[in-house]
Amino acid sequence: MKIRIKFRKWGVMKFVGHLDIMRYFQKAVRRAHIDIRYTEGFSPHPVMSFAAPLGVGATGDGEYMDIEVNSCPSSADLTAALNAVMVDGVSIVSSVLLPDHSPSAMAAVAAADYTVSFRNDGGNPYEAGRWQELIEQEFYSCSRFTIIKKTKKSERELDLKPLVYRFFAEEDAPGKTAFHLTVSTGSTDNIKPEAVLEALFARCSVPFDPMNLQIHRKEVYTRDEGGRFIPLEAMGVPFAEAILTEGGKHPCAL
Amino acid sequence: MRKPALNDEILLKIEKPARYIGNEVNSVMKDPSKVDIRFAMCFPDVYEIGMSHLGIQILYDLFNRRADTWCERVYSPWPDLHRIMKEQQIPLFGLESQEPVRRFDFVGITLQYEMCYTNVLQILDLAQIPLLAKERGEDMPIVIGGGPCTYNPEPIAAFFDCFYIGEGELAYDALLDLRIAAKKEGLSRAAFLREAAKIEGIYVPSLYEVAYRSDGTVAAFTPVFEDIPARVKKRAVADLTDAVYPQKPVVPFLKVTQDRAVLEIQRGCIRGCRFCQAGMIYRPNREKDINRLKELAVQILDATGYDEISLSSLSSSDYSGLSQLLDFLLEECRRRRINISLPSLRIDAFSLDIMQKVQDVKKSSLTFAPEAGTQRLRDVINKGLTEEDILGGAREAFLGGWNRVKLYFMLGLPTEEEADIRAIPELADDIAALYYETVPKEQRSGKCQVTVSTSFFVPKPFTPFQWAEMFGEDEYKKRARAVNEHVREQLNRKSIRYIWHEPDMTVLEGALARGDRRLSDVILYVYRHGGFFDAWSEYFACGLWLEAFRVCGISMDFYTKRQRAADEIFPWDFIDCGVTKEFLLREWMRAKEGAVTPNCRERCQGCGARQFEGGVCFEDQN
Repeated sequence: MKIRIKFRKWGVMKFVGHLDIMRYFQKAVRRAHIDIRYTEGFSPHPVMSFAAPLGVGATGDGEYMDIEVNSCPSSADLTAALNAVMVDGVSIVSSVLLPDHSPSAMAAVAAADYTVSFRNDGGNPYEAGRWQELIEQEFYSCSRFTIIKKTKKSERELDLKPLVYRFFAEEDAPGKTAFHLTVSTGSTDNIKPEAVLEALFARCSVPFDPMNLQIHRKEVYTRDEGGRFIPLEAMGVPFAEAILTEGGKHPCAL
Repeated sequence: MRKPALNDEILLKIEKPARYIGNEVNSVMKDPSKVDIRFAMCFPDVYEIGMSHLGIQILYDLFNRRADTWCERVYSPWPDLHRIMKEQQIPLFGLESQEPVRRFDFVGITLQYEMCYTNVLQILDLAQIPLLAKERGEDMPIVIGGGPCTYNPEPIAAFFDCFYIGEGELAYDALLDLRIAAKKEGLSRAAFLREAAKIEGIYVPSLYEVAYRSDGTVAAFTPVFEDIPARVKKRAVADLTDAVYPQKPVVPFLKVTQDRAVLEIQRGCIRGCRFCQAGMIYRPNREKDINRLKELAVQILDATGYDEISLSSLSSSDYSGLSQLLDFLLEECRRRRINISLPSLRIDAFSLDIMQKVQDVKKSSLTFAPEAGTQRLRDVINKGLTEEDILGGAREAFLGGWNRVKLYFMLGLPTEEEADIRAIPELADDIAALYYETVPKEQRSGKCQVTVSTSFFVPKPFTPFQWAEMFGEDEYKKRARAVNEHVREQLNRKSIRYIWHEPDMTVLEGALARGDRRLSDVILYVYRHGGFFDAWSEYFACGLWLEAFRVCGISMDFYTKRQRAADEIFPWDFIDCGVTKEFLLREWMRAKEGAVTPNCRERCQGCGARQFEGGVCFEDQN
């Protein structure tokens, strides 16, 4: 049985990198006595995969991991059992049961919502309203919004217009500008919000300091049959107690 | 959530920021307004090394069980952060509260190896605590040292207000209670330390004076007050079964060196290898009851979620309940799908059988530590491992499907001759030949690989070899080269790999290990001139150390190249570690005769450790 777990990551936990977060969850699953499935072979490890790594320094409200279990209490109980063994800065939002043949979280990812703000507003020359005008002018009014994408081997020009689905600035708190972006995410065309902002800042001749940006990922989406973005958790359903036996007693959706 | 001591800008700029944020699973948070004692427990090396240390986890647990005490952890900031903290004058902080340790009551520093001494100064410097104990004001924390290097604390005595000699489980309560009382009564720092010196196991260096002879050796070591004990007696737990042991050890986010649950099955060793300091200072050998171990294993695995458990001891094969314990662990770990790691096992049919069960098909290499090439020299060092043991073990291993063997040796042992050096590659060759003899061609999984690794012997205080001389760097290099050349002359040379370490650090380690109070100037000089993280070869600046000895007018050879007279007073003689100097001297004489001494279970040698009233000294006597 595949279960998708949605979690939040904030505070000092943003300094714990993706690989260490994976190791953290492997231990957490054991502490919570989750009946997780293990891989076969000589060095069995728990079957667990993550939707999209979050960079060191970034926080998230809609992070996802998939696990496979042999048996499981209800969604509510699973969420509570995991929350009981979390540290300050990581919490479980929900857990849902996925259809048997649904794609992995990583394969399903299509887009993500970000909020980007300034760590130190001293580095921000404009008010949110002005930024919004600049976004209209430089991004929405132009037919193309290209960046140079560098890979290890080559550099290529990439037009971000079809890959940035939503982009605006607003005042989050008095005097604090926040940029809101929905961008293409996943194994192809993985767009980082800071790359979009870097291009915007360059067009506006504003010095760009990536260290001064606090990146917060609010949600990660997949596309439904109609091509609409739905949160990854919407691919599954909350469930009551389920025990997978030989031949399969199927868990019942709530 | 707490506010980190370092801002985002710094944390994003440095390597592995997770070293500095605390917040790990099972780390202990308390309300500072509700405790009397703030204790910073510090391992003076990088986080990944320090977090792997069992002793800190035990003391952390011990202290935090007290409602009136909050113990936090501190590790050495890596040079990248060190630079920033110095530039921005950021005071060193406890990982839990993220508050400056300068405001704590105690800074406890564990001293696990001599090469960390400059890191001790780094800790004090970044904490903004004066480096010299005598310069510390009333508002400064008490700086206390512990761990194996405190068995000769003299080279670093100037930097510490006091040392704890022995196992922390015993005297810390008295020390913390005394501190609380001293604070209530408004006792001065000096008055507190004078009272502390009366607690058994506590050494306050400022309360003792050293007089030297004209030849530079110690003439006398005397307390400055009549009510201060002339000798400081080590504290040792009599019954390890009931001793405090962390059921919820702190679990790091980062992958650390020892990233697993650790079960301490016994303390001390029955063997009595004459080069081994741990084998002497941790006497008597004490086993932890198997039922307690089973209980702890389950509790620790439940509380940490580790995927591996390891046994900790100096010689696991000597634990009397090993077979029973492993049966239990094998069952428990199979159920939980976790690994068992088995260090310090003697290679024989029993241990190979266990390893078969534990390791499935993936066969790692097997390790033997003959320490010396010939039986003659192994008798000198009292390493009770014979050539038959090694070859017999290797044969079993080859038949069991292993094909990689690691051999550890020491060069520069007392009485070592050319024949001993040449015997090292020859033993490796015999083992390789045995593989091709034992395993038929069609059953071989590739070539046999024998890795020979040598280190250079460093005489340590409280060992029978504390009287021994060391050699110069060139002599060590010559011996390593001799091994290397002789490896190339072996028939199976293609199956033998030789690894050795540079000897520059060895000589310095030797000077610091058996040094006296005069060396504190040298250590201070090195730190003040930018030297630290000496245990890391990329940061070890040998030239700076040599310069420091020269500038301070101190001869390194005095500490290393001298064979000490039987009646010399050593700087560490004021410590009573249980094992008597008479016993050590007897062993030194026997070593020179090549006489083997039976282990503690075979026949008691009256070493003196019986005074601790526990362990192997009292086995079969009920």
